[in-house]
Amino acid sequence: MDLCTPLSHEVLMLRAGDRVTLSGTVYTARDEAHLRMMEDGIPFDPHGAVIYHCGPVIQGQKVIAAGPTTSARLNSLSGFLIEKGVRALVGKGGMGRQVADQLKGRGVYLAFTGGCAALAASRMTLKGVFFEDLGMAEAVWVIELDRLPLVVGIDAAGNDIFEGVHRNAQAEFKKRFSLKKEAPA
Amino acid sequence: MCEGNLPGIPSCMDSGTEMNLGTKQITNAVTGIPLQSRRITMYIPVHFKFHTSMIPTPDPGLLAAITRATCEAFRQAEITLPPDVKQAILTAKEHETSEIARGELANILANLEMAGALSVPICQDTGVPVVYLTIPPHVPLNNGIFDAIAEGVRMASREIPLRPNVVDPLTRENTGDNTGEGMPAVHVRPGDRLTITVLPKGAGAENMSRIAMMLPSERGQIPKFVAETMLIAGGKPCPPVILGVGIGGTFDGAAALAKEALLEPIDTMTSYEKELLAAVNALGIGPMGIGGRTTALAVKVKTAGCHTASLPVAVNVQCWACRRATVEVQC
Repeated sequence: MDLCTPLSHEVLMLRAGDRVTLSGTVYTARDEAHLRMMEDGIPFDPHGAVIYHCGPVIQGQKVIAAGPTTSARLNSLSGFLIEKGVRALVGKGGMGRQVADQLKGRGVYLAFTGGCAALAASRMTLKGVFFEDLGMAEAVWVIELDRLPLVVGIDAAGNDIFEGVHRNAQAEFKKRFSLKKEAPA
Repeated sequence: MCEGNLPGIPSCMDSGTEMNLGTKQITNAVTGIPLQSRRITMYIPVHFKFHTSMIPTPDPGLLAAITRATCEAFRQAEITLPPDVKQAILTAKEHETSEIARGELANILANLEMAGALSVPICQDTGVPVVYLTIPPHVPLNNGIFDAIAEGVRMASREIPLRPNVVDPLTRENTGDNTGEGMPAVHVRPGDRLTITVLPKGAGAENMSRIAMMLPSERGQIPKFVAETMLIAGGKPCPPVILGVGIGGTFDGAAALAKEALLEPIDTMTSYEKELLAAVNALGIGPMGIGGRTTALAVKVKTAGCHTASLPVAVNVQCWACRRATVEVQC
């Protein structure tokens, strides 16, 4: 499926494991930007918006490299965005149960291949920036996407592809090393 | 002639040659107020023969060459993956059965092509600068060389460009040029040539690294510790990863060994390394943690002697973008 921002109800139909492309506007945000938005408010219209967990390399007016960062760092910082109408979070590595619950009936988590910064940049146009004082990696960059290839990591029904993989990994680990207690998640 | 003496070095003699030690700020020892800046020269007595390794300032031409070589090594590492790593990713793609896992590896390979074609970094996390240096006997090792390498990091940060990643650990203030206290991290050892090897290290994978002071009786548990490291890491360190495992030495030494293991080519593995790899890949975490047969591309082990009562084990996690490059400086 080809998704285009602003996103609407169509994201509720997606299922974990689906491969999609995303076009339109995304807003990059990492730890510091989330904290700033919680304090000062969201500087863009959050309805149907997409947050991209990314700290890009920007040179002049150009996106040089912009792969995803580890989304799990933002597990406890994302609820307010979903409540305000954000429909998709894009990043890598998955998010926790807390976020999967917050996304239920509202939106999805989309995984992009970690490290694929050049591929991503080749499909991006820089449109603007908020909170530039936070520095290159932490500022909110406004980026126009052209068909970025993504996988639905968490769907709006709460299915989490990463959680399933972790459960299987834990079972295999216990079997192989005959653990009595569960390994930390 | 004899305007200032350096501690531990003989003061001026009657005859000899003059040696320029550069400009140094002199302050009044009591008030701390800077005195007029002046040229410090030292008078070397004829009977006091300097060995080359005692000359405090290396050839400025050599220092400039080290700066350029450092920048070039980063350029190569950030834009092009070593052939053994690229081959391992290609092989992994053939080996995967899941369509999603193959898709992730296809994205990685497309990304490598794109980075090369556009001459841009493979990953936006261009890492912190880790540098391994070999110094031949005739080159003096002093701060000039460390400064030249730091200058190479600044040059690379401007020119490639690299994302400014280095911050103060407590204030989190960014230095803006990827240098700082103890950064670049430079490791030196003697060699027969002057080589600069860089290993820019991204945070996603570095953050999932672990160390354990195991009991000597637990050496059979090392595969469990290594696999557990990836079980905890899941998709966070951008698998398929390469694991550097340091066994033995001291607390800090094991971690250093684990990182050095990442410099080793991954197209060969010992049977022990293969055993560790099998334990990790059995977890099925797969590319990017969305399931698959390739959680790790390789495991590389380095060992060192340790205390009879100790068994330090460190696992340094490296994402698929195992960026390393070596440039030799002719001297």
